[in-house]
Amino acid sequence: MRPLADAAVGRLRHLVDEPDLDGTPYRLGREIARGGMGVVYEAVDERLDRKVALKVLHVALAGPEHAARMVREARVVARLEHPGIVPIHDVGTLADGRVFYAMKLVEGRRLDQVPLGSIPEVLRLFEKLCEAVAFAHDRGVVHRDLKPANVMVGAFGEVLVMDWGLAKLLAAPESEGGTETGTGTATDTRVGTVMGTPGYMAPEQARGEIDRIGPRSDVYGLGMILRGLLAASPADDSATRTWPPPAADAAPAARELRPEVPKALAAIVAKATAEDPVARYRDASDLVADVRRLLDERPVAAYRESWLERLGRVLRRYRTPILLILTYLVVRALMLIFLGR
Amino acid sequence: MLVEQYWKPVYKYLRVRHRASDEDAQDLTQGFFARALDRDVLAGFEPAKGSFRTFLRVCLDRHAANERKAARRQKRGGGAPPLALDWRDAEGELRELAVTDGMTPDEYFHQEWVRSFFGVVVEALRAELAAEGKAVYFTLFERYDLECPPGPRPTYAELAAELGVKATDVTNHLASARRRFRRLALARLRELCAGDEEFEREAGDLLGGTAA
Repeated sequence: MRPLADAAVGRLRHLVDEPDLDGTPYRLGREIARGGMGVVYEAVDERLDRKVALKVLHVALAGPEHAARMVREARVVARLEHPGIVPIHDVGTLADGRVFYAMKLVEGRRLDQVPLGSIPEVLRLFEKLCEAVAFAHDRGVVHRDLKPANVMVGAFGEVLVMDWGLAKLLAAPESEGGTETGTGTATDTRVGTVMGTPGYMAPEQARGEIDRIGPRSDVYGLGMILRGLLAASPADDSATRTWPPPAADAAPAARELRPEVPKALAAIVAKATAEDPVARYRDASDLVADVRRLLDERPVAAYRESWLERLGRVLRRYRTPILLILTYLVVRALMLIFLGR
Repeated sequence: MLVEQYWKPVYKYLRVRHRASDEDAQDLTQGFFARALDRDVLAGFEPAKGSFRTFLRVCLDRHAANERKAARRQKRGGGAPPLALDWRDAEGELRELAVTDGMTPDEYFHQEWVRSFFGVVVEALRAELAAEGKAVYFTLFERYDLECPPGPRPTYAELAAELGVKATDVTNHLASARRRFRRLALARLRELCAGDEEFEREAGDLLGGTAA
């Protein structure tokens, strides 16, 4: 037999890697993404004639612990029924022994590829992201890998949090002290194990302090995402936009990256990305509440404003009634002047 | 199995990287495997320190250097019976496949190991299908997945006309052959590995960075 040409070797590699969907109702489509645990493919569910996304465990990850982890991932996501969290349709094992799960196919763009608008528009987008994470926190789930690449923005502006492969189940809601007991962990994580994405990973997570990882760790990731959203130039399109370096320690403040960022908003970012978890927002609900206060021109918890700033904020917030009263007073004054003659 | 899987990469590596003549490379290959099997040299492999291929290549480099140093004139192999290896086949492959410049020794050895691995699995597939009277399955697999002529691959309809089968059979037979190939490849890789951890690493290497 002739030797296998490089192209044939490449094809055979691909062939071994490709999932065997024989016996399932799915027809394989293109590869969408490749991550640490598995590969995501577009597929067609032939029973319902609809497109889905299939996440299939890497062929190399044959050990039972990987399969169990993948099933746990599917179960964690399945319990999070929220418009901002991608729904799971099915989970199973392929003929070649690989675990897979089927989920909604999200047609959209990654957060770091979405053209951005004004600061209020960015904050409304961020608000949706926080709402999804807040829902997960409320259900005792910490994502642990929040980053722009794991957030999809749909064609109608819907925001979906993806890739819950590193998610951790908390035993109980976080205590006021800022730590929680991770007895019911979603992954077999040992102390000292570092999982996550550098730059978006909270310091305690980067140090492998598993017991300290909780909703506040996600708050850090959200803060770094917000910092990136604010610093990226809204005029740039997806191909050229430069996402600011997410290095945590040397991270310049949001106002240094984009001077028009209000001080109160920069303070929100600083609080969310504080080194000490206790100094951060308790969870995504607390963070989004402060973002909403900012959008409503109300005082935010992260920033102590001067009396001048307070006056400016009050004037902005009550601009319409103040203008109406001023107009009334001017008209009244004019009437008194003219009718009084 | 060790010899079957590794002799070609070893021989080609000696020819290309050590610039050994075909006769010297044959002797060195024979001597290397005879020594490795006889003295249980490979038992020194520690998976935690790196891949088996790198270990094997380092052993091979050491073996080639020692042999040269000793400048032996006698036939290598220490009197062990010579292995029946198809040297002409390996030489043919060397002539037919371009050697990529700029590759590190490890990269070259790895590339040839992957080629050899898939070559062995393809032969196993051919034998399995022939034994079951399904040679046409293999022919389809060979024509569609292995041959790389310039231009587009043949369509299923063209293959059906060429082999005198129905177009739907082409789809089914090809899918079946691919499924078997996948099964054989993974089974063989598992046989070559000592455990899950090594399998994970080797499968990741084999598939070009599939694993994390």
